[in-house]
Formats: sequence, structure tokens, C-alpha cells
Amino acid sequence: MSLLNIKNLSVRFGDANAVPVVDGLDLNVNKGEVLAIVGESGSGKSVTMMALMGLIDAPGIIKADALTFDGSDMLTLKGRARRKIIGKDLAMVFQDPMTALNPSYTVGFQIEEVIRQHLGLSGKAARQRALELLERVEIPGAASRLNAYPHQLSGGMSQRVAIAMAIAGEPKLLIADEPTTALDVTIQAQIMDLLLDLQRDRDMALVLITHDLAVVAETANRVCVMYAGQAVEVGQVPALFDAPAHPYTEALLAAIPEHSQGARRLATLPGIVPGRYDRPQGCLLSPRCPYVQQKCRDVRPTLDPSALGEVRCFFPLNQPSHANQEPAR
Amino acid sequence: MSVVLTARDLTRHYEVSRGLFKPHATVRALNGVSFDLEAGKTLAVVGESGCGKSTLARALTLIEEPSSGSLQIGGQEVNGASKAERKQLRRDVQMVFQSPYASLNPRQKIGDQLAEPLLINTHLSRSERREKVQAMMQQVGLRPEHYQRYPHMFSGGQRQRIALARAMMLNPKVLVADEPTSALDVSIQAQVLNLFMDLQAEFNTAYVFISHNLAVVQHVADDVLVMYLGRPAEMGPKEKIYAKPLHPYTQALLSATPTIHPDPAKPKIKIVGELPNPLNPPSGCAFHKRCPHATERCASEEPQLRLLDARQVACHHAEVINGL
Repeated sequence: MSLLNIKNLSVRFGDANAVPVVDGLDLNVNKGEVLAIVGESGSGKSVTMMALMGLIDAPGIIKADALTFDGSDMLTLKGRARRKIIGKDLAMVFQDPMTALNPSYTVGFQIEEVIRQHLGLSGKAARQRALELLERVEIPGAASRLNAYPHQLSGGMSQRVAIAMAIAGEPKLLIADEPTTALDVTIQAQIMDLLLDLQRDRDMALVLITHDLAVVAETANRVCVMYAGQAVEVGQVPALFDAPAHPYTEALLAAIPEHSQGARRLATLPGIVPGRYDRPQGCLLSPRCPYVQQKCRDVRPTLDPSALGEVRCFFPLNQPSHANQEPAR
Repeated sequence: MSVVLTARDLTRHYEVSRGLFKPHATVRALNGVSFDLEAGKTLAVVGESGCGKSTLARALTLIEEPSSGSLQIGGQEVNGASKAERKQLRRDVQMVFQSPYASLNPRQKIGDQLAEPLLINTHLSRSERREKVQAMMQQVGLRPEHYQRYPHMFSGGQRQRIALARAMMLNPKVLVADEPTSALDVSIQAQVLNLFMDLQAEFNTAYVFISHNLAVVQHVADDVLVMYLGRPAEMGPKEKIYAKPLHPYTQALLSATPTIHPDPAKPKIKIVGELPNPLNPPSGCAFHKRCPHATERCASEEPQLRLLDARQVACHHAEVINGL
């Protein structure tokens, strides 16, 4: 039984005919695993997790066959019962630590607020717990930092505080939405180390939303590649990086400068992600795909099992030869 | 090959007020940077925020005066140049900024924005300007009908193409690009990087490419300058630095950069702490408080750049650390 189970999730903004930002997404997260969701801007990776956290406001419309977390149906759960889960068992760390913290309150107060709400501690006990959390996220001079305001902290420190708040309720699932994008390289390495350390320490599941494939390669157990609101490939790391089955995954990997091998030009995928007016009838990648066939233009593929995981492609790459008929290139 | 940009001991200090009755503090944002850049070559400047990369860009593009040191563009000294000479020099160094959303005027058509450098700096007629703009638009992969459009109608990658086209309109000797792809997605980044490389091959422009992404730098650069807190830490040919970094900071940066094929046998160098406050930099070597190899000498004596294994490195213990 997986910790998080998402079946056929769609998120639209506007009326029911609007183009879905997340389009029929199926995703499972198991207890204690690190799952990365990768994709370019607008692929729906953040919106998926915001839908789960209940952060989509009108005119956003969320539809799903199932959206269950740890046995609770997050679609129907409302009010007090929902608030008991969110922020405690299900917590999130955001991209920009500078805007994630409230500038008007001290760091200590903001961490204690979580502790008061979810653990029922108050006064000295809450203070003590907040101090332990700051020490756990390796903030030097933690005792003096409790009284600091967010503007007195650097970006890396602020992100550590945000992580301390997220883990205050001992979550079963931590969602980290581009947690290191706003940070420098050496600080990024420190924060990723900390997140993975916490994940192992508490046997917590971690969903890492990122656009950086190298970060995925170094941290995740499993990866879900998203394109234009759909999961196009799901598989194990690093196997999927060695033998991508979906042409989009292959193109993303080839576009990384690390893969240029001294060539002056990088491999690119022509064109851009389809917008709301030019969404193709068939496979969403078909206008940009180098292996496109007539079938791809007419019919939209579904996410099917492949050699290494699941792939949304009629003609997946890198499959054992008997499994499919490789198209002529 | 001709040298088009020469910097000698370039510094830029800022005076910062600390309150009414306290003396001003000095931030040494840029401290003793020297290099030569040849036509058609790329110098990449690498470092974390606050290391002086952007201050260097502002000094090179004559947006700000350096506090001291010498800067020569196309063989002509910038210090002491007259107003008219400066105007001419500014034509030769152009810049592409990080955010293509903020660097284009939202109320001006693309065609007009591209024509503006020509309007200011040349005596071409309206139709000649239009012709040049159309030619450049084709060069960077924009369609002719884009001439009449406004910036909000373009994606981030297309906007960065426009920004690059605008910088190339006057055929500058040097193009300074400050994190030009960090706001873009991977597949779009690849397209824009390819465009940078194509234009360089076509016009033989020298690039100063500022970035914190070491994988991108490895792809575009000929020479690499690693900076830390305003000072050069290591400078030399890309191949040398990537194959065997000598400065502990370069080693840490390369080790901290995530890679798509991680090698579990190779332990990551862990760097503790954060960048020191530039208002109150550490004594001696600026990196010594975070450096795993620091000794007493590092705390007292500031290391100077010196030649070692075909590159320059500013570290007292480079030989010992690297077994040279």
C-alpha cells in the first residue's frame, strides 16, 4: 500500500473546458522513498503537489479518481480534519526561502507556531523543541537564531528554517518544490545533504520537484518525467538515465551541457511546449519529436508499462527488440 | 589572434554608510582582477553570489568606473578617455542580462528595440536600419513578422534571443553575458547556448560569460576565471581547470556541482559555512574559514596569484594539497 496514491488527476484553471495544466496524472509514492518529479516550466509538476496540499484556489478546478494520502481521501477531507494532516504528516518546502517565511515574526515564533498547532506543546516546551529543530537542520548558534527575523538570515539559512518548520510535525511525506534553485552551488549541496539525511533518519518519503536532472541523478530512487501536464515516463534512477524510453526524456538528457562531449553545439529539441491554443490532437510531443509517426499525430498515447518502468509513447526507445516494432529512423 | 580586452589589476570598491556617526565601511567587491581576452574566445567567470562577477561585468561594460586598475578595449585605454572616445568604446562592449523579462522594454516593439542601437550610434537611414534589423532577426532565429510584436508575446528563450540580437546589432568586439541562461529551461538553454556559439563563430566576437553553472561553463568557455569574495582564486585554460582544479575552492565548487553520472566511489568535498560578509572579510585568504586545508599562514597572509601547472592559482598550499 503506497503512502500517496494519485489516480487520473486533472487540474484546470477557468471553466471545465479550459486546457488542463495537469492532465490525467497517475502517481504513487511509497513509504520512505525519494521520488523526483522533473519537467520544464509549465509542465505541471508544482501544480500537482499544490493540488495535493490544497493550495489551488478558484478558478482552479481539481478532478481526480483518487487522491489518497496515508488512507485519507484528500479530495473530500475538509476543515479541521484536513488541517490536522497538512503541515503535520504532509509538509512542504518551497522554492524561495525569502518569501516562504513571514518577515514580521521571528524564526522561533514561526517554528513554535507549527509545534503549538500540531504537537500541542506550548511555552518552554515549544521553545525547547524549536531549538532542537534548528540544531537538527545545522544552523550555527541556534539559540541566538531563534530571535532572528528572516531578513537577518541568508538564503541558505532561511531554507534551513523552512525545512525545520516542515519537519516539526514529523511528516510522513515531505514535498520539496525546487528547494535549491535559489541557492548557490555549495549551499545547494549542503541543503540536499540535509534533506536526504532527514529522509533516511526518519524514514520519510520525499518528493523532490526539480528541473535539474543532475540533482535527480544524485538523489532520487525513482523519477517521474512530466511534459505539458502529463507524466511521460516513470522509472528507476539511474536505469532510466542510461536508457530513456521516451523521446522527451532522451532529448532532455541530450540537452544538458554535460553531455556535449566537447561538441560545439548541443542537441536540442526544436520548438517549444504547446500552449493552450496549439495543443496537438495526438501525442503532445508529436510536433517536436524526431521519431514522430502518423499514429502519434492522430492518437494520444497512454502511460503503459515498459522495459524499465512506464512510458507514454507508441514507439518507446531502448526496449528489448521483441517488445515492440522500432520505427524506421 | 588579437587581444580585444585587457584588464590589469581591476578593482571596484564601494563605500557603505554604517550610520550617521560611524566611519564609512569599504566593500571590496572587485579586487585585483587581470586577464587578456582574444577575439573569438570566451572567458567564463565563475563564482557564487557576492563574488564580484556582476561588478566585473559592470566595470567591463563601462556602466561603472573601476576604482583603480587599467582596462583596455581594442587596445585603447578606458581610463582618461574623453567623452567622445568613451561613446565609441561603449559600442564595442555590449551586454546580455540575466532576466530576459526585465531587460526588454515592454512598451516598445521588438523591431524598434533592435533598431535603437543603430539609431543612436550610426547615421543609417530608416530603411537601412530596418534591413539590418531584419537580417539580424533571421540570424538569431526570429521570424520577420516578429518585428511588429511586443516583448510579452514571446517566451523566455525567444526574449533572450532578442536580447542577444540587440547586443550584436553594432557588431561589438566584446559581449558580456551575465548569467544569460539561468532563467531558462534545459532544452531552451541548449538552444540559446547554441545560438551564442553560432554567433561567435560568425562574428568572431569575444565573450565574457558569467555563470554559476559549471556544466554550462565547461561547454562554452576557453578560459575560466574562478572568483571568491571579489578576488580571483584560480584562472586558466578550461581543460586544465576541469581536469585538475588546484585551488581548494575550485575543487569544492566542482565537487558540489551535481552530475548526471554520479560516481559513488568519489566522495564529495563538504564545504562548511557560507560566504563571509564582504563588509568584514576574513584576514589573509578569504576562503580560509571554509577551507579544509587551511593553516595559520592562510589566516595571516593573503595569497597572490602565481603560475602553477599552466594556470594561475591563489593558494599558499596548492603544491602540497595536489601533490605537485
